[in-house]
Amino acid sequence: MLRHLPLLTLVVMIGPVLAGLWGALLPALGHLPGAGLTGPSFDAFRTLLAWPGLEQALRLSVTTGVLATALSLLIVVLVTAGWSGTRAFGALQRVLAPILSVPHAAAAFGLAFLIAPSGWLARLTSPWLTGWARPPDLLVIQDPAGLAMTAGLVTKEVPFLLLMTLAALGQVRQDQRLQTARTLGYDRVTGWLKCVFPAVYRQIRLPVYVVLAYSMSVVDVAMILGPTRPPSLSVQIVKWMGDPDLAMRLVAAAGALLQLVLVLLALGLWRLGEVGVARLGRNWLETGRRGRLDPALRLVGIGLGALSAAATLLALLGLAVWSAAGFWAFPDALPDAFTMRNWHRHGPGTLEAAAETFLVAGAATGLALVLVLGCLEAEHRSGRTLTTRGLWLLYLPLLVPQTAFLPGLQILLLSVGADVGRGPVILAHLVFVLPYVFLSLGDAWRAWDPRNAVVAGTLGAPPWRVFWQVRLPMLLRPILTAVAVGVAVSVGQYLPTLLIGGGRVATLTTEAVALASGGDRRAIGVYGLMQTLAALLPFALATLLPALVWRNRRGLHV
Amino acid sequence: MSDVLTLEQVCITDGGQTVIEADCTIAPGDVLTIMGPSGVGKSTLLAFVTGTLKRAFTATGRVLLDGADITALPPHRRQVGILYQDDILFPHMSVGQNLAFGMAPGGTRAERRAAVSAALAEIGLEGFAHRDPATLSGGQAARVQLLRVLLSQPRALLLDEAFSRLDTERRTQIRRLVFDMARDRDLPVLMVTHDAEDAKAAGGRIITLGD
Repeated sequence: MLRHLPLLTLVVMIGPVLAGLWGALLPALGHLPGAGLTGPSFDAFRTLLAWPGLEQALRLSVTTGVLATALSLLIVVLVTAGWSGTRAFGALQRVLAPILSVPHAAAAFGLAFLIAPSGWLARLTSPWLTGWARPPDLLVIQDPAGLAMTAGLVTKEVPFLLLMTLAALGQVRQDQRLQTARTLGYDRVTGWLKCVFPAVYRQIRLPVYVVLAYSMSVVDVAMILGPTRPPSLSVQIVKWMGDPDLAMRLVAAAGALLQLVLVLLALGLWRLGEVGVARLGRNWLETGRRGRLDPALRLVGIGLGALSAAATLLALLGLAVWSAAGFWAFPDALPDAFTMRNWHRHGPGTLEAAAETFLVAGAATGLALVLVLGCLEAEHRSGRTLTTRGLWLLYLPLLVPQTAFLPGLQILLLSVGADVGRGPVILAHLVFVLPYVFLSLGDAWRAWDPRNAVVAGTLGAPPWRVFWQVRLPMLLRPILTAVAVGVAVSVGQYLPTLLIGGGRVATLTTEAVALASGGDRRAIGVYGLMQTLAALLPFALATLLPALVWRNRRGLHV
Repeated sequence: MSDVLTLEQVCITDGGQTVIEADCTIAPGDVLTIMGPSGVGKSTLLAFVTGTLKRAFTATGRVLLDGADITALPPHRRQVGILYQDDILFPHMSVGQNLAFGMAPGGTRAERRAAVSAALAEIGLEGFAHRDPATLSGGQAARVQLLRVLLSQPRALLLDEAFSRLDTERRTQIRRLVFDMARDRDLPVLMVTHDAEDAKAAGGRIITLGD
């Protein structure tokens, strides 16, 4: 049984992606028997190409995606190069997990509350600095260039890439490389860029690609912070999918394939960019320049890193304040009074949505954990480690844009008569939860001293006993962290819940995003905060439980 | 129980290159020492004997315990105990639970606890059953590890640089304790070390590799 688990995991993870792409290809070519269409026909592509907003939507997807990825990577590189190992870096690391667990939609709402013309920044600087007595008529959020959307993505992708970089640093002997560079007269940032970065980038390349693919095709953040006329291609695909006219599903399917091609092209271009940067880097290495700009770069790095962290933390604070705000006139920095009325009004709704959220997240994460533990144990027993090709397969569901295969998956499910709803939503969440649980747990699992298993075995314990009585308890902390990551990923899923749930599965995320168009900040505050708490709670438990269970076991303290 | 441990024409290769070869017999209560610097394949040989050789290696030859071929048996059915240089006490279990883990199943809870307490008293660690392994000194941890192996009733004992992390005084004590207890139980002992003093103290045959 155990040796079949890796294959089963692969099917569970890749199967829906391939099925979804297939499910998009057929309707895109005019084949949708449910709507009485059998094709083949290129009408869907013709309609798509005739859509007046296409050019702008494509440009928006590419510019926001590439810009958000490049900026996030730049900030992470500057912060790590200039500050890793310092107290400031430690402080940043400590707020990393909570920031990382904040769902994209909640962070986007919070950012909108912060930077909107009537947002906190405007209130704090008005009227004494700006002279504004009323919110100015400025298009700060939902701007046509997608800058607010890019900022929203950057605040969420920086912690993700930073976490990946921290994991990579452990494998590239950063201290030795940096020390060598410094004894050769290089300043900190230049030494890091020349001696550590190439090795680190090799390790974080796939996560960077994930950020690019995600940023180019994100839906919830784009619906909250992105432009509306026209929206990004991914948002438009979702709109077409929700159109009462079934024929528009064909256009959505064609759009999904176009989204895939667009992301693949962007990934190809990014790869070419990597080659170009590597060539420039090699030339720079040979110049022997020691870096005169290092002090300035360090300041820029920590400034941008702190700004990114502060934006998310302030965004959360903004959600909290709005959730309890009474009357709040512009330009007052705080409401006239704080009240629980908003919570009384929206509380029952959020609790229902929270129950659904935890049901879906719990089931998806539980299934993911069983599969991941099975795969890792099979890997341990067979002695076969994950190859680079295997790692690519693991990242595949994260590299293929959600908007490229989820519409097809929904169409496929409906056309084969399968019901949409909670069950399929759990399986759809599993596609995204699985890779993160695997990536989160894999390193800790492999770093476990195998001599423990040898000793237990020579003491007469069969493999199953070693697994349950030795390995699992010793790895309780990383297992719970992986569960927390899985729950956070599931809590944040918008598109799979919306499309595969057929609108019948109401989680905190779908409810929060649905509130975006209404603009009721108090309701958004309540839902956004609940969404964040739902993602944070498992992280808190993952920290507290092992500390409690192993309070008398010093060898397991961190 | 008196068993003979035999390594019969054992040859371990890595990508076609021979890592280590061994063809020897260890009588009950005897110690065979394999000496050599790091990287000559000493620990790899022990992994072959315990049945935990990595896939990268290819091995031929047999491991016999009192004439019975145990080469194809899984580690938990070989009855071959091992001690490493590091403390491999399971950190989530108390000292007593670590010992009980190694004991053969059977008996009531009270009987097993009594057996653990008696065994701890035998090595001068009376009342240590509830202790956290992380609070033990190096010497105490080494004694508990030895006791855990012996309670699992092995038919042969392997020592993988088992004394190299102990300071000089404790090293002599623990070494004597291990060899005495192994001799008392008529266990064949296969020790790998890079330390000439350990080899000398074992008092048995010495095979030196990789000079």
